[in-house]
Amino acid sequence: MSTQTAEVAQVKKAEALFSKRRKKIITDPLDDDNPITIQVLGICSALAVTAKMEPTLVMAIAVMIVIVFSNLIISLMRNVIPGRIRIIVQLAVIASLVILVDQVLKAYLYDVSKIVGVYVGLIITNCIIMGRLEAFAMGNKPYDSILDGLGSGFGYAWVILAVAFFRELFGSGAIFDFKVFEAMGIAYQGNGIMTNPVGAFVIIGIIIWIQRARNGYVES
Amino acid sequence: MQHSNSYIIGFAVILTVVLGGLLALASTALKERQTIAVELDTRKQILGAVMEVEEGADIMELYKERITSKVVNRNGDEIEPKDADGKTIEPEKINIAKEYRKDPAERHFPVFIYEDKNGKSYILPVYGNGLWDRIWGYVALESDMNTIRGIAFGHKAETPGLGARISDDEVQNRFRGKKIFSEQNELVSVAMQKGEGRSYDSPHKVDGLSGATITAVGVNEMLENYFEYYSNYFGKKRKDSQALVQ
Repeated sequence: MSTQTAEVAQVKKAEALFSKRRKKIITDPLDDDNPITIQVLGICSALAVTAKMEPTLVMAIAVMIVIVFSNLIISLMRNVIPGRIRIIVQLAVIASLVILVDQVLKAYLYDVSKIVGVYVGLIITNCIIMGRLEAFAMGNKPYDSILDGLGSGFGYAWVILAVAFFRELFGSGAIFDFKVFEAMGIAYQGNGIMTNPVGAFVIIGIIIWIQRARNGYVES
Repeated sequence: MQHSNSYIIGFAVILTVVLGGLLALASTALKERQTIAVELDTRKQILGAVMEVEEGADIMELYKERITSKVVNRNGDEIEPKDADGKTIEPEKINIAKEYRKDPAERHFPVFIYEDKNGKSYILPVYGNGLWDRIWGYVALESDMNTIRGIAFGHKAETPGLGARISDDEVQNRFRGKKIFSEQNELVSVAMQKGEGRSYDSPHKVDGLSGATITAVGVNEMLENYFEYYSNYFGKKRKDSQALVQ
């Protein structure tokens, strides 16, 4: 453990806290290397939780916490983890963190945990987190790994929040349970396809389309 | 980097012990807080059937002040349910979902009696199946054991925007003032109708949920079942109150 803290100290001297390279670690997953729209990971949860804004926000925060801390922990341990069992070690760390988040939600935010309870457990199987551990945290220093976790977390968050925004707006005519159309005096009959996971597919598809058209990204 | 087998096994054992210990610690430390959260939630739901519970209100205090609770059996007689150790189970701690799986004759039926300056109302827990998963609720009856004073539904996984609307105030308020006994004193329950946007003269019909017919049917069945389970208790109470009038 002591050798690693020494490494971090060294890096700080050599490189600014938010150097150009580090900024790129955070901003890349937001757009050019987005976990959902480019890597197409974590789609399952993006379909499941996004019917409404509130559970989606909680899910986004929970995923962010888990991804940042698991990145940090795995990065700290990266030199002692035996290569042959690294996947199961990563899973054990993720699962423990998820259970912790779930327990804390149950104790302090019971109302919220009632809504997202089932989905929180599913964070364990969110491919984005394992993907980041395997692709980044196993080979990079702790501070960089935290930044990478934050970047991927935000990249995941904005996409599922965007999807949830449109699904709740067109599906239930509301935003954060506030009836938008009613408030504007427009009679709006909810659109059933949007409350179904099908609606999420359509919206994610449109987001990917717009993004790739704009960035000129071509599947390699 | 290639590690020896004993290193790998040792690493796995240590990791398991550390993570397991950590989780056990967290579970023990948070246990008390979680129990309180569940109790608070139950009480909030019970109170929710008769009143608007304000954000930040002291629910425990309010509950203690306004609610007395008891348990009855299928025959409407008051009982004191005991757990495996012979300790009396509090009515609030009775797990309606578990009771639901038992034979009705053996079930425990809690009754929560709410009292304020306007008189008493009787709050009954109900439980059943919606479209995707379980639904539940608390029904508050006026002291005539006939008029619905208020209702609070909960659900696990009804479709958002459709069946999930049963937990909206707007839908729950439709039940207010409806009656569960006919003029001939027969139990008829109340039922959500097909279609939405109509008002019904009958005191037993409630405006339905468009696009959520199966959830509405689930609600109807749930209410009918539980009014039936409590019917002997209602009968006794109604007899008492009629005797008082005479």
